[in-house]
Amino acid sequence: MPKLTLDDLRKLREEKKHEIEKRETEGKDIEIVIGMGTCGIAAGAKDSLEAFLKEIDKQKLKNVIVRQTGCMGYCSNEPTVEIKMADMPATIYGNVNADVASKIVTDHIMNKKLVSDHVFDKPSVDIIKK
Amino acid sequence: MQYSVSDFLTDIVQNSIEAEASVITVDYIEEFPMLNIMVGDNGKGMDEETLAKAKDPFFTDGEKHKNRKVGLGIPFLIQAVEAAGGEFDIKSDVEMGTAIEFSFNLENVDCPTEGDLASAFRSLLLFSGDYEILINRIKNGKSYRVTKSELKEALGDLESADSLNLAKAYFESHENELSGKGE
Repeated sequence: MPKLTLDDLRKLREEKKHEIEKRETEGKDIEIVIGMGTCGIAAGAKDSLEAFLKEIDKQKLKNVIVRQTGCMGYCSNEPTVEIKMADMPATIYGNVNADVASKIVTDHIMNKKLVSDHVFDKPSVDIIKK
Repeated sequence: MQYSVSDFLTDIVQNSIEAEASVITVDYIEEFPMLNIMVGDNGKGMDEETLAKAKDPFFTDGEKHKNRKVGLGIPFLIQAVEAAGGEFDIKSDVEMGTAIEFSFNLENVDCPTEGDLASAFRSLLLFSGDYEILINRIKNGKSYRVTKSELKEALGDLESADSLNLAKAYFESHENELSGKGE
């Protein structure tokens, strides 16, 4: 792979411009938040993040944003992932490995169906912004 | 316990973000066999007493985890550094910021693996909040440097899958070049 410059990134991004415009009219209404604290990373959150990005790309979803946060307070259930989107309850999933991540994209995000085996409770109070 | 040097780096930068830094600098410098990493921020900093306690695994400010009595980030880093023939130093001033410097001897058998640096660098851009980060990377005389705002400007955003995949490709291509794997 030749070295990518910032200009290359601009060009690559430009190539997808019509898609970006489409996204802007649709709004970025689906948010994926991945716990990337020490506990999350130790449990494989980096692989989960990679899997989310790969699946979103594969499914050509354009209205999804991906963020990372620190420890959500559920260290024993890492990697944890929160999904916020219209028509679905804000949901936290636990033990989200790469396979579960792909399933969340296809089931929860695309088909609005919970991935029941991995649903976790409500968010921990210490991560809610005041 | 952290698995790789990349994970230590991510953890330390996250401390800066939690200290409400608006500017963070990361120098990741490899001069074989030594790997020197410096993280500086303009966050809220610590007074002398708190700074001394930050190295104590049984100290935490208790803000992030109310019922937790330990704070293991810095103590684990110190332990790993000492086990691998490196050095650790931390300086801090209240309201000025904090600077952490640590090194590993890459030839030491107990040196952790560096991990996926391209992913780690990208991760440093993705924490929530409005902060600037400068990554300065040097490996055996070759180098590159980039800021979060430059990447954000080039990509339009730093939250869509397209942008995140491109950001990783950017770091990967630069890392490959430093390792002589480019072109």
